[in-house]
Amino acid sequence: MAMAALRREGRRFAPLLSPRPIAAAAPRSSPSFLSPEEDVPFGARSISTQVVRNRMKSVKNIQKITKAMKMVAASKLRAIQIRAENSRGLWQPFIALLGDTPSIDVKKNVIVTVSSDKGLCGGINSTSVRLSKGLLKLNSGPDKEPKYVVVGEKAKVQLIRDSRKHIHLTISELTKIPLNYTQVSVLADDIIKNVEFDALKIVFNKFHSVVSFIPTVSTVLSPEVVEREVESGSGKLGELDSYEIEGGSTRGETLQNLAEFQFSCVMFNAVLENACSEMGARMSAMDSSSRNAGEVLDRLTLTYNRTRQAAITTELTEIISGASALEG
Amino acid sequence: MFRHAAKNLLLRRPVPTTSAAGAAAARAPSRTFSADAPAAQTADAGFVEAWKKVVPNIDPPKTPLSFMEPRPATPASIPSKLTVNFVLPYASELSKKEVDMVIVPATTGELGVLPGHVATIAELKPGVMSVHDGNEVTKYFVSSGFAFVHANSFADIIAVEAVPLDRIDASLVQKGLAEFTQKVNSASTDLEKAEAQIGVDVHSALNSALTG
Repeated sequence: MAMAALRREGRRFAPLLSPRPIAAAAPRSSPSFLSPEEDVPFGARSISTQVVRNRMKSVKNIQKITKAMKMVAASKLRAIQIRAENSRGLWQPFIALLGDTPSIDVKKNVIVTVSSDKGLCGGINSTSVRLSKGLLKLNSGPDKEPKYVVVGEKAKVQLIRDSRKHIHLTISELTKIPLNYTQVSVLADDIIKNVEFDALKIVFNKFHSVVSFIPTVSTVLSPEVVEREVESGSGKLGELDSYEIEGGSTRGETLQNLAEFQFSCVMFNAVLENACSEMGARMSAMDSSSRNAGEVLDRLTLTYNRTRQAAITTELTEIISGASALEG
Repeated sequence: MFRHAAKNLLLRRPVPTTSAAGAAAARAPSRTFSADAPAAQTADAGFVEAWKKVVPNIDPPKTPLSFMEPRPATPASIPSKLTVNFVLPYASELSKKEVDMVIVPATTGELGVLPGHVATIAELKPGVMSVHDGNEVTKYFVSSGFAFVHANSFADIIAVEAVPLDRIDASLVQKGLAEFTQKVNSASTDLEKAEAQIGVDVHSALNSALTG
């Protein structure tokens, strides 16, 4: 509404105080009244207010859009945060049994990078990609062949640029339907069927709070590697020998089922946590974006008012000097 | 309003703001990390070392071990109570609950777990799991999963789906059983037969859970 008032004021002045000398009071051509913006060079002041007005309008729209995106992200975060926190107990028994050996030395490492499909979520996808590249570097050596399985479009785009030959499988649009365990376990099953692995390293952003996300890597070992470690008798896995296997199956078969189950549980938690982190990061990115837009808008408003007032002052001084010149 | 909320979050004061950010911050302090056990440190330290050598510019990622409370060591004498963790993908049903006994449906039959049970890994089949604490018994029907019993009288049971018995509809169970039995008979490929057989197993287990 203030904008409309300013616009009206602008229009009111332009026809009354035409930029030409007062003596030439002949009626100016009407087009100049209708489009005060496209005035002669003397009227440069009106043009700049229009330019500034346009900028202000677009910045205000950006602010509205980012605020709306933030609200949407906040509501999605609320819903998914509860599920992520409930699923946190899922991987703990596996670590209690098998321990955590991220630095284990194996030939076939598969790095599963979990990322988002949509952008505008801050730096979380870049963090995951950098970590994955770091893990690749850590695990590459003479006989080792590390591979990527990429979940999510954003990481795929970044990794395809320089590590195309290492990417084995890409999965996208995971979050199109709300996440549930069945879907993720089918996905985990697919990955296990299509990729040979000795160790799976799942890279994701763990949700700590709305403003902090912790890059994490979870390791799942294949049954053969677990067997090898049990036989070597060192570390947590060495103690696995003392566990009796209930039932007729051998330890190898049980470990096979265990590895698959562990992978699907860890994937489920990882995907949920990453989705939470994505929403949280989007909230803070959109929040800082609307704040910045607000600041730009303040600055533009000041410029606009300054320009407008300068124009008015110039007109006034012209009239006054013209009038005093006439009086003598 | 949200700018102030963001600042409050960073200061981690429990300010009662109405925004979602405030609510999340109020929940966040309860999820602090616990310290690593000394043994766990070495595994992580090795990884951190190797990481720093190869990728010095980026901070090493955290591993799940740092987010977990360490388990106590095996005590010298058998403890009086069994500590049970029963987790599902969508909830932690029981978390460090001290009970007297747990009966889980392992593939070879019912496995009763008492404090001081030998360390065991058991795969579960669809059946009834019961938790005995003093005089109260809570029964759940679990779909399948794993049960780990550790030497320090901790039992971890991970199931894909579990429902208390009173939430099961008997008529649907009968219908499902009939349907899957018919599918088993009419199945052509091995895959279909296996799927139908799984359905029959689950439904008959449900049936015996309701009647038994």
